[in-house]
Order: sequence, then C-alpha cells, then structure tokens
Amino acid sequence: MAKIKGDIVINTERCKGCEVCIAACPFTVIQMSKEVNSKGYHFAMKVNDECTGCTNCALVCPDGVITVYRAKVATE
Amino acid sequence: MGELRLMKGNEAVAEAAVRAGCDGYFGYPITPQSEVMEYLMAEKPFERTGMVVLQAESEVAAINMIYGGAGTGKMVMTSSSSPGISLMQEGISYLAGAELPALIVNIVRGGPGLGTIQPSQADYFQAVKGGGHGDYKMLVLAPASVQEMCDHVKLGFDKAFQYRTPVMILSDGAIGQMMEKVVLFDQIPRRTDAEVVAQCPWASNGRPKTRNHNIITSLDLDPAGQERVNLKLQAKYKMMEQNEVLYEEISCDDAEYLFVAFGLSARICQKAIDLARAKGIKVGLFRPITLFPFPATEVSNVGNRVKGILVVEMNAGQMIEDVKLSVGCKVKIEHFGRFGGIIPSPDEVVRALEQKIIGG
Amino acid sequence: MIMEDKFSKTDIQKPENIVYKRTDLLVDRPLSYCPGCGHGTAHRMLMEVIEEMDIMEKTIGVSPVGCSVLAYDFLNIDMLGAAHGRAPALATAIKRMWPDHFVFTYQGDGDLAAIGTGETIHACNRGENITIIFINNGIYGMTGGQMAPTTLPGMRSSTSPYGRDVPTMGHPLKITELVAQLPGVYYVTRQSVHTPSNVRKTKKAIRKAFELQKENKGLCFIEIVSNCNSGWKMTPVQSNKWMEENMFPFYQLGDIKLDGKLVERKETVEKE
Repeated sequence: MAKIKGDIVINTERCKGCEVCIAACPFTVIQMSKEVNSKGYHFAMKVNDECTGCTNCALVCPDGVITVYRAKVATE
Repeated sequence: MGELRLMKGNEAVAEAAVRAGCDGYFGYPITPQSEVMEYLMAEKPFERTGMVVLQAESEVAAINMIYGGAGTGKMVMTSSSSPGISLMQEGISYLAGAELPALIVNIVRGGPGLGTIQPSQADYFQAVKGGGHGDYKMLVLAPASVQEMCDHVKLGFDKAFQYRTPVMILSDGAIGQMMEKVVLFDQIPRRTDAEVVAQCPWASNGRPKTRNHNIITSLDLDPAGQERVNLKLQAKYKMMEQNEVLYEEISCDDAEYLFVAFGLSARICQKAIDLARAKGIKVGLFRPITLFPFPATEVSNVGNRVKGILVVEMNAGQMIEDVKLSVGCKVKIEHFGRFGGIIPSPDEVVRALEQKIIGG
Repeated sequence: MIMEDKFSKTDIQKPENIVYKRTDLLVDRPLSYCPGCGHGTAHRMLMEVIEEMDIMEKTIGVSPVGCSVLAYDFLNIDMLGAAHGRAPALATAIKRMWPDHFVFTYQGDGDLAAIGTGETIHACNRGENITIIFINNGIYGMTGGQMAPTTLPGMRSSTSPYGRDVPTMGHPLKITELVAQLPGVYYVTRQSVHTPSNVRKTKKAIRKAFELQKENKGLCFIEIVSNCNSGWKMTPVQSNKWMEENMFPFYQLGDIKLDGKLVERKETVEKE
C-alpha cells in the first residue's frame, strides 16, 4: 500500500508570526514557536506528521515562506 | 532642403513632433495652444508614422501619461499653457527625479490664476527655477520664431534623451498663434521597439531573462541614497551649463547700450534697435535661447562692455534677476515689462531705454 | 539561533516532491508589509499568474503610492512607480505604446478611489486594455491609519477617531460598482486573499483578467478586499475575522461584471 504524505518547510527567518497559516491548516500541523527569529518574531513551525501537502498554509502565507512537498510513501 | 510651409507656431510644434519621430503626444486642450493637438488629430500621425495621440482627461493625467511613456523609453511630449503647466508641476518634478526624457511645451499666457488667454512671459521663474518640488531643473528653450518652434522640438527631444531629463519649450501665445514661413526638417523614422530597448537599457518595457528588472521611480527612502540622486542631478545640470548654452547677439559689436530679451520680447527689441539707431542710439540685443542653462558668461561679456542694460520681458521682472547675477553691479541694469497679456511696442521699448537707462 | 524541531527533516523534502513554493518572480527579499497583511499574498498570486502564462518579458507593472509604493522592489518584473493616484494614466500611455505587452496597475483604496478617482474612471471609461488590481482595506495604511474613501460608516481611524460619521465625513465609496457601469470595462470582480479558497479564486480572477487583456477586451478591474491589522489595531487573525463580519457585508465578494455585462446582485447597504 502507498499513501500520500505531505510536508512543509518554513523559512523561519522570513516568517513574521502572523498565524494566518495556523487557521488555514486542516490538520493542526502548525503552531507558533516559543523562540523568536532575528527580527524578533515568533515563527510558525511544524509540530506533527499529519501534513497532507494540501498547500493551504502556503497559499495564505502573506510572506510566502512555506514550501510544500507531497509524495507517495509506502506503508507497512 | 526641407519643405517650406506657412504655419502657425503651434502647428509647427505638432508637425515637428511627427517628423522628429515622436512616439506619443498626450495633452489637454487649453487656449492658446489647442492647435497643437487639433493639428495632430487632423493630421493622423498614427497613420503616417504610428505616433500615438491621446486627449487626456486633465493636464495632471497628461503629464503622468508622459511619465508612463517616457519610463518605457518612448519619445513622448505634451503641450499646454500656463494654468495647465502649473497643474503638471508635480509630474514634471517626478520626471526630473526619475530622470526621464520628455518634451513639454508651454505656450505661455498671462497670469496669475486663470489670468488671460493673451501672450505673456510670466512663467520664466516657473520654467527656469524648478517649478515643482525638490532641487531640479529642466533644460528650457525659448524660441522667437515659428522656425525655432519647429527646430526646438527636434533639439528638445535630442537633449531630453542625451541627458535623460525633461526639456521645456517656453514660448508664448503670440508665437504659438502667429503664422510665418518655416522650413520643416525631413521625416526622421520612429525607432522600432527593438531600437527603443537597445537605446534605453534603463527603461521598463518588459524584462528579458538576460537582465534584472528595471524600476522607474523617484523614490529613495534612504537619505544617503536620495542625496546621491540629488548629486547626480546637480552634476547633470552642471554639464548642461558647460555644454548646452545657446544665445544670439544682434548689433552688439558697436553697442553702447544693450537689450536683453528672450522669445517674443527679443523680436520686439530687434525693431526697437532699428528705431533707436535711426535716432543715433547705438543699442544691441542679447537673446538667451536657452533660459536654463542661462548664458551667464556670455551676457556678462557683452553686458560689461556697455553703459547700460535694459531687460525687456512680458512680465514684472523675472529674467532680470539672472542678468543681474551674471553681469554684476558695475553696469546699470533696469527692467521694462508689460504684462497681463499686453505686448509692448518697439516705441515703448525705445522710450524706456531713453528714460530708464540713457536719461536715468 | 533557531531551534530545529524533531519534525523538521523528512524524506519527503526533495526537490522533485515540491508542490508549492514561492515563485521566483518575487524578489528574494523580505516584504516590507506588516505581519499578516494581504498585500504579500496578492503580490504572489499576481506573479504566479505572470509566471504560469510565461509573460514576464512582455509585462509592465505600475505601482502606486501607499503601502505598496515599494511593490516594485518585490515584483521581479519591469515596473514604474507612479505619483499618487496616477497609475492608470501611466498604464494608459504604456499600453498605447506597447500594445502587445501586458500592463497592470496595483493600487490601494486611497490611491485609486480618492486622489486618483479621475484617472481611474477615465482609464476605465476609455476601455484601456489594462488590468487594474485594487487592494481595498478601508484605510490609509502607510501614513498611519487615516480614514479612506472606503472606510465603513462608524469605522475608527486616526482621522475618524470616533468612527466615520457619515453626515460630516461622507459615505464610503463603492468605486468598483461605479466603474462596472462604464462600457469600457469588461470584467469586474471582488475577491479576497484571507483563506485558501479565496486565494485560489483571486488567482483565477487575475488569470482571467490577463487572458482577457490578451484579447483586447477592455479594462479588467479586480478588487481585493484586504485587511490592515496595524491600521485596524487587531491581530492578523482577528482582522481577517473582522473583515468577514464587517467589510464583506458591504463590499460583497464575487463577480460584478462578466463578459461586459453586469451580474445581477443584491445591493448591499451601509449599516450604522
């Protein structure tokens, strides 16, 4: 069996911590960091493996800091 | 030899624009220069050369259409008269700041305010000293005949592109309206789009994959950057002062007195010279053709050889400030002007010379 | 130093698996906009359309005065920065002299619907073959949150600190509905960029406008109702919710004019 898995990479240095992506994610994959980046913003980060690669977060991200991946992965 | 025609000054401007290879004219009707656009619309340069002619909704829109066209490297112009030129000042300042080539023709009428539709030279300060906000200048040409109205269009476009600067032709309602014979230069082909792209690598006309994107703007929020912009502009104006001064001397060799006048006033002074010389008064004329750059050294050379100078202008005394700064205080310099649309007569000018300079 | 979380690296993160990334037609530099501001998303959709249509070499953009005054620093195509409100005048001349190019303006509500009303209406009425992208957030963002022509009745701003008082300050201007009446205008739509589905619709609208420009159909006008969390003094997420609850009832989303014909819609009214 194969299933579709997604993944995101967030450019945390460019993230301004607006949290719009959190509201857009259907699987609560994103939360805000406790740390801040060099501009002083808390940044979005991936907190679980539930991502399906739906691109919702990346679409609404005003700063375009999210890259989305999707692939078929084999399941045991 | 070019083609000989009898034309109004305004028509000569329009025909010269087509022949100079102008890509676009954008204007708004105002007396006494509406013939420029009327001639173009009737002449259909869009069929002759492909030149665009568009009647804008206001002078504000027209000058910003110029900014848009110039920013893509095209050869564009507008024309208007004093109140309309006042409305264009913001756009002209942006053109200067963004270093865009453009030709602006001002067929001056009497002011201030709505003033009158009769000829005047009261926009000298506005044209020569900046007019809009910020430290900038335009190259200003002052034609005194219909022939020069024609020739200055070509010269103006050449200089506008050479220096990437707005150029103004400062004429008046009389020269715009009067008919004279004019020898028109031959048609210069409009540049192709490929030639525009090649000649104006700075212009925003579509970014090929081989270069970075071009940006046309007058904004630099960094004060150090904006100071660099200003220094570059000032260096450009210095170059113009060194290389672009144009003037004419008439009967100056033996002159004991001197008229200094531009445009229409200079023509009146030519007649006044005849009248004065018939009376035994040896007077000559110095006519600045470029008002910026002002022929400071040249007027000083002539001015310091004579006993007195009468600056004749159709305004309350504007160019006289530049004459005084150039000639200095060793020679008596007085102003004679009529304004509000009144054109002085040669007799009046001679009387003023006698009263203010010779007898004064 | 940024801490890496345990979910950071996976096998899926390979170039061949990328399904969405920031387009290269956005300059690789941080945007100057506030966190959560819709400008960034609108910029990205615009550039994605230009990239997908492969028209970078034939596109000329005009940026306004307002928050997006520096749009030309972010959009990696040839751009001109206009004086306040005059972008449609620039675009008119550009399109007339480069008729085979794609020309657009990108303007805010102060630029397009206040100081530039004349240029907007006349460019629309002449039916210039350009695309106008109009970002309406009901406020002057760049100058610090002053009242805009599109500020809602009762809405607070720094120059209407007790709320927009219609009898003394006038009504909000629905300029989009106004220009839709003009025969030179072919396609008018109002969209937003605050949710994934709205972002997708906005991108479709921009694509449609550029396709229509290719066919010389006349002026296409896209309003994007957006947030201004700094000006509205809310968090980005709150501002998006406020926008849905307050802006959308008045600035109703959807197509206003299609194929040169007005779409039948319910008239929205001001609420006090």
